[in-house]
Amino acid sequence: MLSRIVLAALAAGLLAGAFATAAQTVRVIPLILAAEAYEDEGAHSHEAHAEHAEAWAPSDGWQRTFFTFISNLVVGVAFSLLLTAAIMLLNQPVSMTTGLLWGAGGFAVFVLAPNFGLPPELPGMAAGDLVARQIWWFATVAMTAAGLLIFAFRRSIAWMLAGLALIVAPHVYGAPRPASHESAVPAGLAADFVMATIVTSALFWLVLGGLLGHFLSRATRAEEALGKNG
Amino acid sequence: MLATQSLPATLPVSTSTRLATAVFAGAFGAMLLYFAAFAHADILHNGTHDTRHAIVAPCH
Repeated sequence: MLSRIVLAALAAGLLAGAFATAAQTVRVIPLILAAEAYEDEGAHSHEAHAEHAEAWAPSDGWQRTFFTFISNLVVGVAFSLLLTAAIMLLNQPVSMTTGLLWGAGGFAVFVLAPNFGLPPELPGMAAGDLVARQIWWFATVAMTAAGLLIFAFRRSIAWMLAGLALIVAPHVYGAPRPASHESAVPAGLAADFVMATIVTSALFWLVLGGLLGHFLSRATRAEEALGKNG
Repeated sequence: MLATQSLPATLPVSTSTRLATAVFAGAFGAMLLYFAAFAHADILHNGTHDTRHAIVAPCH
């Protein structure tokens, strides 16, 4: 049944998103708030802020935390559904253990690969054109996913070379870079943010993968039992 | 290859269910990710701002 599997994905995504919110409060969110104090000093970021200044924004404090919580739930469900789509498409049975491997794959695809070209940004840091970076991010994620799946499921040399080419290509092409790295945000803060986001994201992806593997194995077993009983 | 010693070779789900779920989950997941992490509308950007930075999606 479609809904039983989708419900399993929703449950895993919501729980992982809630976990992410808690994990982010340790270091990620405090660093974003600290960077915002410097952001207004940078001319580039000031323009960026002026663009958004007239629209609604959550006020600092519990309202902002609440919207981050909701966004994390949405992102958790989104990543959970994408992993589920790949698992269904490739017809791969999962358990909590193999789910952890899928989670590690998601971390490599959605965090490590794009970060290699576009390091984690704090508000106020210099960066290239937004749309160009979004396109590069999307292309890198798609090509890394395809490359990793080829490595996991195709063992011939030709296939593996193709997979390797897919993974390497976006980095050879190069991510959109800022004209200058000059920024009002201190380098130490940026370095802390890189480690904070990578560790937090790794934990999120492992929790998501493990939960999804567990829930999906239960959902598909229930599906099988229903099928046998007619 | 993924470790599957104790697992069956394929999912115990019919092909039609499997593919329908894959299409639905893929499309719905991509749509949610777009709105949460990529859409340029100010309201979406401002509401999801900290999440975008945390998951290292390009934000500003």
